[in-house]
Amino acid sequence: MRNAFIKELTEVAGKNKKIILLTGDLGFTVFEDFAHKYPDRFFNMGAAEANMMGVATGLALSGLIPIVYSIATFATMRGFEQIRGDVCFHNANVKIIGSGGGLSYGHAGFSHHSLEDIAIMRAIPNMTIVCSSDPISVRKAIAKIIIHDGPVYLRLGKKGEPDIYSEKLDFQIGKGNILKEGKHAVIIATGNLVKNALIASDILLKKGIACGVVDMHTIKPLDTKLIDHLIEKYKTIVTLEEHHIIGGLGSAVAEVIAEGNSTNLHFKRLGIPDIFIEKIGSQKYLRHIYNLDPEGISRSIFSLIN
Amino acid sequence: MEKTTDFRKIATEIRKDILKISYDAKVGHVGSAFSIVEILVALYYKVLAITPKNAKSPQRDRFILSKGHAAPALYAILYRQGFINKKTFTSYCQNGGLLEEHPTRDIKGIEAATGSLGHGLSLGIGMALSGKIQKKNYRVFVLLSDAECDEGETWEAILSAAHFKLNNLFVLLDYNKVQAFGKIKDVLNLEPLTAKWNASNWNVIEVDGHNTQEIINACNKKNLLPKPTIIICHTIRGKGVSFMEHTIDWHYLTPTDKHLKDALNELNKL
Repeated sequence: MRNAFIKELTEVAGKNKKIILLTGDLGFTVFEDFAHKYPDRFFNMGAAEANMMGVATGLALSGLIPIVYSIATFATMRGFEQIRGDVCFHNANVKIIGSGGGLSYGHAGFSHHSLEDIAIMRAIPNMTIVCSSDPISVRKAIAKIIIHDGPVYLRLGKKGEPDIYSEKLDFQIGKGNILKEGKHAVIIATGNLVKNALIASDILLKKGIACGVVDMHTIKPLDTKLIDHLIEKYKTIVTLEEHHIIGGLGSAVAEVIAEGNSTNLHFKRLGIPDIFIEKIGSQKYLRHIYNLDPEGISRSIFSLIN
Repeated sequence: MEKTTDFRKIATEIRKDILKISYDAKVGHVGSAFSIVEILVALYYKVLAITPKNAKSPQRDRFILSKGHAAPALYAILYRQGFINKKTFTSYCQNGGLLEEHPTRDIKGIEAATGSLGHGLSLGIGMALSGKIQKKNYRVFVLLSDAECDEGETWEAILSAAHFKLNNLFVLLDYNKVQAFGKIKDVLNLEPLTAKWNASNWNVIEVDGHNTQEIINACNKKNLLPKPTIIICHTIRGKGVSFMEHTIDWHYLTPTDKHLKDALNELNKL
C-alpha cells in the first residue's frame, strides 16, 4: 500500500503544484523519486514530528497542501497535541499519512505497533479518517483526500497487500463498500484486515453460514446510513480492525448501535484486546495468535452465532 | 526625541487598556502582557508590513504570538491599529464575547490560535517556508516567552529553522526571567541562552526589551547572515507598575479595585 501511495502522490503532485511532502525521516527506497522530481516540494523534517505538524499547519494556512508522512504510531502520537491544536483547530488542509498501521511492523515491537491511532484521531473534531484496505483503494483515496478541504488521517498498511478492488472502484470518503452480501452475519471491517474478513467469509460459507463483508474504510465520518441498513438486515454484526478494541471502528459502530433502536442484535468487536502484544513475531504470526487470521475470525463468528 | 516620547505614550496607553479589560473580565496574565508591550509597539508601529486593509494579502508580513497568554497586549495593539473595533476589544472574556484569554481563530490580525506553549515557532516556520516555496518576500515574526524554551518542540523548531536557513523568520524572545511557578533559573535554567541560539546557527541580537527604538533597529537590521534571527529582549514581567514587576503573582492575579486605582495612578504619572 505504501508504494501505491507514493506512486499516486507523485502523479498527482505533477499536476497540483500546491502539494508538499513532509516526512519524519522515513521513506528510504520509497520517496527518492518524488524528491528527485520535485526537490522544492519535498522536505525531510527529521525525527521531529511535533514540529513537522506545526510546520504543516503553517504551510496549509499559507495556501499549500502538505502531506505529512511517518509510521502511524509516530505520525499520530508524537505530535498529537499539534494535530489537535494546530491542524484540526485551524481546520488546516493537512493530510497525515500513517504508514504501517496495526501490526504491519510485527517484529519491531510495541513502539511500532499502531493500535491506538484510530481511537485518538477519532476523538478530535474536524478530523477525517480513512483506513485503506488494498493498493487500488489507496490510489483512489489519495485523489479524494487531496480535494477534500480539511484535515485527513490516512492509515496505510505497508507492503505486499493483495488487491481487493478493481480499477472500476468508485471510492467516496464516508461511503462504506459492501463487498459481499450475506444472511446470518456481517463483518464490518476496515484497513488491512478486510482481506482476512473476505477469506473468513468463505470459510464460514462451508459451514453453512452466509456472512456478509463490508469495507468501512472511512471511520470518521462514519457511514451511519450503511450501518443502519446492516442493523436492519443482520442479527449478528462483528467489527474487525487491526487496532485495540477500545476506541476504534468497533467502538464507533457500537456507539451507533447503542444509540439506535435495535433489539436482539448480537454484536462483537474483533481486534486486539486491551493489552500490549505479548508475543514476538511477524504480522501474520501475531494475527494468528490474536485470532485475526481468517480461521480465527471465522471461529469467533461461529461461536457468536451458536 | 519626539519619537521616543510617542512610543512611551503609546505603551502607557496600552498598559492602561490591558489593565482595564483584565479588570472588567476578572482575568489574570496582566504581568505577562505588560512585559511584551514595547515589543508589540515596535512591531506594529514600525516593523510589520501589516494593516487592517492588507490583513489577508498573501504578501503581508505575519506575526504569531506564541506566548498566547499575553493576548491582552496583542488585542490592545490590534484595537489601536484598527484591526478590531471597540465592541470586539471590550468583549474580552465576556460571556458571548469575541476575544478569549488566548488568541483564537477568525479574528482579523491574528494569524494563528495559540495557548499551549511551544507551537508558535513551528507554525511560523511553516509560513516562512511557504514564503520561500511561493517566492514571496514577506517576513514572519514569532514572539516566544522564555518558558517556551522548556518545550521540546521549541528545540525541534530551532534546529529546523536554522537547517532550512529561513532568513525571513524572526523570533522575539520575551526574556523576563520568570515563569509560572518560579524563576527561570530555579525551575529549568536556560543559561547560557544566547550561546545556545548562537550555536544553533541563528543570528542573535540582544536588546533592552523595553526600549522600543532598540527593538525596531534590531528587527530592521541590515546585512544579517542568511539564517533565522532571534532578538532576545531583556524584559521585566509586570513592567510599568511597581508592585507587579518581577513577581510570580502577577502572572495570575486579576486586578482588584485597589490594584486598578494604584496601577493607573502610576501609569498616569509616566
